Amino acid sequence: MTQEPRLVEVRKNILKQNDLNARDLRRRFHEAGVFVVSLVSSPGAGKTTLLEKTLAALHPRLRVAALVGDLATAHDAARLASTGAPVRQITTGTVCHLEAAMVQVGLEGWELDRLDILFVENVGNLVCPASYDLGESLRFVAVSVTEGEDKPLKYPTIFNTSDIALITKIDLADAVGFDSSAALASVQSVRPGMKVLQLSAKTGEGMSAFIELLEAGLGAARGHAAATAT
Amino acid sequence: MHELSIALSLVDLAQEEAERLGGRVCALHLRIGALAGVVPEALLASYEMACAETPLEGSRLVIEDVPVVVYCPECRAERELSSVQSFCCAECGTPTPQVERGRELELVALEIEQ
Repeated sequence: MTQEPRLVEVRKNILKQNDLNARDLRRRFHEAGVFVVSLVSSPGAGKTTLLEKTLAALHPRLRVAALVGDLATAHDAARLASTGAPVRQITTGTVCHLEAAMVQVGLEGWELDRLDILFVENVGNLVCPASYDLGESLRFVAVSVTEGEDKPLKYPTIFNTSDIALITKIDLADAVGFDSSAALASVQSVRPGMKVLQLSAKTGEGMSAFIELLEAGLGAARGHAAATAT
Repeated sequence: MHELSIALSLVDLAQEEAERLGGRVCALHLRIGALAGVVPEALLASYEMACAETPLEGSRLVIEDVPVVVYCPECRAERELSSVQSFCCAECGTPTPQVERGRELELVALEIEQ
């Protein structure tokens, strides 16, 4: 006679391992006093250009570095390395998102306490990165004016796992008939109260607010590290 | 599509638990929130591939969908969202970003045969 199957409670997060890795990263970042910022967007929203201009604006005044994720090629890393900041490419193969373990590997050999701000550019994708914590302090989600004002309504999950929204390529807003207030309303609809910055990495418009925000975040990260150390 | 990555993580986790508990796993009970970023149908298809040639081969996934529940500061109550495109109280319309439930991506239980 066969017994009825028994139901045993487990109650564990399916991405437990990623969460543990992310927790380890967050602890290391915190101890080193490095401010870690990640960037997600769909492909072509301008993450790399934004990062290129940001690294150029901050380096060498601040010790900045970047990890850039792509399915294939090291083009982005080469482009960013021209700013003089240390840059590493994470090539994910067919994986459509970064996971905390990939960041752990990407950081090998880097002395975190010699960095001020570390940027992590995710693979261009507004769906999959939402499920993976990378241990970052701040996650930006970027949408460009060419993508349409309703993008946040189509991808509410990524807006709910990000801290700040960026509307990029605003130099093209008039050319594509971008309705800024409609886009802001879309963001507020899926994430009431979310901070939104509008900028153009190409012309520099709005970049100072972005840089100021990073500097403020760094100040807070250093404050935390100092408070923990004493 | 990252459901295959999720399915592989699920297989690892369930195997770890099954080894601890002993017996053969015939079903995995999951809870998946509407904000977990996972499509249940895609996970079902990916799971079949992910569990092939493992001790979990042939096991079923039983998925409970969890709707998004927000806290309304005006009503001072939890409210189920009527749409993930509109984070506001279903009763009074007050916008709220405070998610109480709906991010779950959880292995709740295993059905085990001795």
